[in-house]
Amino acid sequence: MSLRSVAVVGASLAGLNAAATLRREGFKGRLVVFGDEAHMPYDRPPLSKEIVRREWPPERTALSLEGLAADIDWRLGARAVGLDASTRTLVFEGGREESFDGLVIATGAAPRRLPGASLPGVHVLRSLDDALALRDDLARPGVHIAVVGAGFVGQEVAASCRQLGLPVTMIEAVAPAAHVLGHEISAVFAALHRARGVDVRLGVAAAAFEADEGRLARVHLSDGRSIKADVAVVGIGVTPNTGWLEGSGLTIDNGVVCDETCLAAPGIVAAGDVARWPNPRYGELRRVEHWDNAVRQAEHAARRLLAGDDGAAVGAYRPVPWFWSDQYGLKLQLVGSTLAHDEVKIVYGSAAEERLVALYRRGDRLVAALGLASTGKLLRYRRMLEVDPTWEDALALAA
Amino acid sequence: MTLKLVVDWPLCDGNGVCTFEAPELLAIDDDDNLVVISETFDNDLLPKVEAAVCVCPKRALKIEKTG
Repeated sequence: MSLRSVAVVGASLAGLNAAATLRREGFKGRLVVFGDEAHMPYDRPPLSKEIVRREWPPERTALSLEGLAADIDWRLGARAVGLDASTRTLVFEGGREESFDGLVIATGAAPRRLPGASLPGVHVLRSLDDALALRDDLARPGVHIAVVGAGFVGQEVAASCRQLGLPVTMIEAVAPAAHVLGHEISAVFAALHRARGVDVRLGVAAAAFEADEGRLARVHLSDGRSIKADVAVVGIGVTPNTGWLEGSGLTIDNGVVCDETCLAAPGIVAAGDVARWPNPRYGELRRVEHWDNAVRQAEHAARRLLAGDDGAAVGAYRPVPWFWSDQYGLKLQLVGSTLAHDEVKIVYGSAAEERLVALYRRGDRLVAALGLASTGKLLRYRRMLEVDPTWEDALALAA
Repeated sequence: MTLKLVVDWPLCDGNGVCTFEAPELLAIDDDDNLVVISETFDNDLLPKVEAAVCVCPKRALKIEKTG
């Protein structure tokens, strides 16, 4: 099958990188990118940082099109509502249908919401529009902010609020990013935030939002206490945007399920936050919500699509995952996967110094390394993780 | 044609991902700052430099082609 037409469904980081790769690899056919947002592709990491802190105008988040714009048909504000995978026919709001020889699914994920989340003052943070609304609400005189969920979005919002000199309470059911960091390193981040004036409440959930005069006034907690807050930011994770693919014929299970080459079905690949695939490094299906993955997986998926039936020519997508978070001018970097780790060991620095490298063991292998303000040292472990090192080798490197 | 790697220094905050993609041209020093080993490069390194440009989380890298 030779491709004469490709549609990329999703116009954010993965969608853009897939489209760019298709052209770079020599695809000359019709290329259409559909996005449900009104904006041309933009970058999400600045939303919790430069945008809410008013350091950047919104236009600075725009992703560069590097001369591609003329070569691609951009359909913004176009929401795909269905797919027939056997014919690669997309269905759009209003009933319009379009068929293509190849599809890249890059529809990303949407933030989870709490009951009462439509109350003025209660925010999620995923889109540029979300960020601008939050930014504007943070300018309210005497504002008090409640961050619900101390994952990385919540932590970055809390840090940005403190950098703006605003009072913020961070409410977390377990501990900051505990499911990723493990309890010892999670405690380092709780301390980091407390040291800078965040009121960190652990082991509690937000039970209810109380309104006064039509907007948020208090957040009630599961321990019976309540906090004054007229702005709340709910950062409790995302769910993949796969509702539109029910009945399509694709396997949908916490994302679009793909093979190890990122192929979901003949002529259909997936990439980014929506894609779930078996990374041969780990041997189980995973969905990765990192920026770096959106870039790399989109590139791999595009090449897979162009390879047609010859998946072996492209091979498996087997990255070492990489993730970063910027808080208070400190850089957290995490390379590898901490899932089901058996041990974590700090091998450089310390929590007190707010500069450290921590290694994660699963069985007898190093599976991940975390750096806080330690980029150079962490890079050595990144190199090491490419070749599946033993725990002994990892400790030897640190010695 | 001359190929030149251009760093937007105010945007760069030393993530170091680029040093993986193009170690011939980019490194992180002991102070965790980016070091450009050589600004200009040959065509055979272009795929690596393009990869570095794509994976920079701060979008701080650009390639300039002159001549």
